[in-house]
Amino acid sequence: MIAFLRRLFRNRLAGLGAVTFAAIVLFVVVTPLLPLPDPNATATADRFMRPFSEGHPLGTDHLGRDLLARLAAGTRLSLAVGVAAALIAATIGSAIGIVAGYFGGRIDNVIMRGVDMLMAFPYILLALAIVAALGPGLMNALIAVAAVNVPFFARNIRGITVGLAGREFVDAARLSGMGHTRIILSELLPNVLPVIVIAMSTTVGWMILETAGLSFLGLGSQPPQADLGSMLGEARSALITHPHTSVVPGLMIFFIVMSINLLGDGVRDALDPRLRSGALSRPRAMTEVKREDPVPAPTDDLLALQDLHTQFHVGDRVLRAVDGVSLTVAPGECLGIIGESGSGKSVTALSVMGLVASPPGLITGGAVRFRGEDLVGAPYERLRQARGDRVAYIFQDPLSTLHPLYRVGDQLAEAIRAHHKVAAKEARARAVALLRDVRIPNAESRLDDYPHEMSGGMRQRVGIAMALANEPDVIIADEPTTALDVTVQAQILSLLDDLRRDRGLAIVFITHDFGVVAQLCDRVAVMYAGRIVEEGPTGAVLNAPAHPYTRRLIACVPELGQGRRELAAIPGLPPTLDDLPAGCAFAPRCEKARPACSAAPIPLEGSGRRAVRCLYPETRPEEAA
Amino acid sequence: MGGYILKRLLSAVPVLLGITVIVFLIMSLIPGDPATAILGAYATPENVEKLNRDLGLDEPMIERYFIWLYNMLQGDFGRSYSLNRPVLDEILERFSATLILAGTSFILCSILGILAGVVSAARQYGMADKLITFVVLIGISVPSFFLGMMMILLFAVNLRWLPVSGMYAIYGGGDLPDLIRHLTMPALALSAVATGVIARMARSAMLEVLRQDFVRTARAKGVHERRVITRHALRAAMVAIIPVLGIQAGFVLSGAVYIEIVFQWPGVGRMLVDAILTRDLLLVQGGVVFVAACYVLFNIAVDVAQSLLDPRIKT
Repeated sequence: MIAFLRRLFRNRLAGLGAVTFAAIVLFVVVTPLLPLPDPNATATADRFMRPFSEGHPLGTDHLGRDLLARLAAGTRLSLAVGVAAALIAATIGSAIGIVAGYFGGRIDNVIMRGVDMLMAFPYILLALAIVAALGPGLMNALIAVAAVNVPFFARNIRGITVGLAGREFVDAARLSGMGHTRIILSELLPNVLPVIVIAMSTTVGWMILETAGLSFLGLGSQPPQADLGSMLGEARSALITHPHTSVVPGLMIFFIVMSINLLGDGVRDALDPRLRSGALSRPRAMTEVKREDPVPAPTDDLLALQDLHTQFHVGDRVLRAVDGVSLTVAPGECLGIIGESGSGKSVTALSVMGLVASPPGLITGGAVRFRGEDLVGAPYERLRQARGDRVAYIFQDPLSTLHPLYRVGDQLAEAIRAHHKVAAKEARARAVALLRDVRIPNAESRLDDYPHEMSGGMRQRVGIAMALANEPDVIIADEPTTALDVTVQAQILSLLDDLRRDRGLAIVFITHDFGVVAQLCDRVAVMYAGRIVEEGPTGAVLNAPAHPYTRRLIACVPELGQGRRELAAIPGLPPTLDDLPAGCAFAPRCEKARPACSAAPIPLEGSGRRAVRCLYPETRPEEAA
Repeated sequence: MGGYILKRLLSAVPVLLGITVIVFLIMSLIPGDPATAILGAYATPENVEKLNRDLGLDEPMIERYFIWLYNMLQGDFGRSYSLNRPVLDEILERFSATLILAGTSFILCSILGILAGVVSAARQYGMADKLITFVVLIGISVPSFFLGMMMILLFAVNLRWLPVSGMYAIYGGGDLPDLIRHLTMPALALSAVATGVIARMARSAMLEVLRQDFVRTARAKGVHERRVITRHALRAAMVAIIPVLGIQAGFVLSGAVYIEIVFQWPGVGRMLVDAILTRDLLLVQGGVVFVAACYVLFNIAVDVAQSLLDPRIKT
């Protein structure tokens, strides 16, 4: 509760709402104690006195009545009526909702049909019908406003109750012989009460506004009694000659509704867990870059990552997802990057083209060079031109990575037309060719499919076709087969392998599966906690892993036909990335760890193409190479 | 598609029947004798009896409902006592004025709301976002009738840009420019709240969508950011925005009551308020059923639009 209030008031707007609302309530409570004139005492000689007149701080209305006194009385009445309507609507609506949700079946069906019917009416129209039947009057307006809000509560509370009614504690209560009434009152009600309160806090403003509206129309409070709405309605005839009589009650309604809206929003936000972590930030078009150290000198590799640092800044925490990674890729080469989830392999891949979600992502150092050009420091337009054209991506789950509302043909054509000025017809023809390239049968008719109409394997072929669209030099495949069946996985892998051989593509293949690496990759880099711990030709690393982590990772892979080999899971969990140890990050999980391992940073050492970041490697890289 | 529309239309039949039942039940809430309520306390017993007979009130309730329903299906909504003309004629005449007002407002709030929401989301936490959020906050908090009155003061009385009220000028009006001049203020005042609500919804829907994987895919393809926002993100966000448009249409349609009173707009809302104050219950009854039925049909159009937009909906 205290945490909730703190969150509520950290939200400055909600605080403003709370202060405004408190001031209005204070005004309403204090004014009866002040020596104000009777709000209904007319004095026709003093009609339409301007604000700041003597004895009438806000002036007088068309009958010479003191506006301040009337404002206080009107505000009190409006608040009371609005809150009363909210309470009535919440009580009746919640009762209906709980009964429908708890009993379910036919009762639920009948009740919710009725609620749906009521919700089919435009809101205010229903209130008008009720007032028409009951006759104008404040009490009837209150009943009408409460009645039209009943369905809202009934539907919300029913939804919550249905979820609760199937839970164990309700079953337990039922088995212990409790009656329905007791279950509803003692088990369900306490659980739905917070939801009712939130629903009230977001609707009470509306109800105040609607009762004021009915009074404004002359259907609510009748003279001489006046709420804010009827004050405004009476003042309307003098709007042009004496606007202050309209402005005073109008502004008061505005401030009441605004303060309640702000408070309601604040309450909802404070209770919405997604906003707490700040997760609702919108990722920008490219990853933010804040490099302080000098940028490493250019190389003539096709693609080179040089001492790359990518971090996530979440609140006060700094997560070092990529912590000084250097890699190179040659034309036609397949480089595997392997690691557990959270090792930073995907972030490394996304950093290449500035696709790390930012905020919270931030590239803090190093460079990504494509044919010598630094992409990290490149302006947006340059980066956009390279994306998909020179370096293309294939992502993990093609159901969520393809746009669900566009036909796959259009999505393919868009990839082409983002980089080449071609006519729609030609783009379509090329899209057919691309689908054929990835061996999709009936390519022509498949163009008009939506992603949800295809199988997982077909979708991923579309994903691959999209990456091939502009004949890129490098394809970065981020776990492209993880979401697929094993047989489909094998087909996709062999497709990628064929494409690479046919076109001389370089592939960076991100995976957590050594089996896949063995099948496809020339070289492999093993990542742990944002760093490369071992690197070398695939065969050498697989046959003689140098880093204890690599050895354990290989041991995790079950092999068919290898008899009873024990599958060794690695004990412990990867470290949290905002609290990395100075030395080896794997030391706490390593059997061979000695004090020296954790003392100081360990360099990635090796000769030729084989390197390891370990003080006590399983095999000396020199020997293995 | 044709089948889907037919299916939705058929499913509207029970809703429409439900609406007539609800209106009928509400109208039978009238305390005491309806004929006395209509004619007032000074009516002679003969008059009361005659009216009771005219209204069919001496029949049992269920029978009365079916007679009323049957007559309505024949296009006979009864006769207005205060205006002494058929209810349906009056409704149709007034409803066209309301449709012009509410329709314009609905188009305004849809366009402005979505635009504001998209800009707000695209520039999250930037100046434009803060400004829009602030204006939206005021928009959803200000009562439309008060806003309308203040607009009259500013634009009609002080600046003299626009006419104070009415739908056409009394002398020499009646053409389209005249209508537009009269329509501007009421349409803006009526759309204010809905614009705010739609803008908020559009902003959060866009923020939600911009975090999705397929937006990252579009960026990875090299699609320009402007296109990522307008084509990829907005298209997907529309799936969440369209139902809100449907709900807001209901608010605009019924909120027109206040605006019609403030601006002396000769619409169905003003007719209803006058009818309530003169106890012309047949006119109220007919008007409410008619407008509610139109709203139900409009919502079917919204559903159809949704199914056109989202191929995943089974049609």
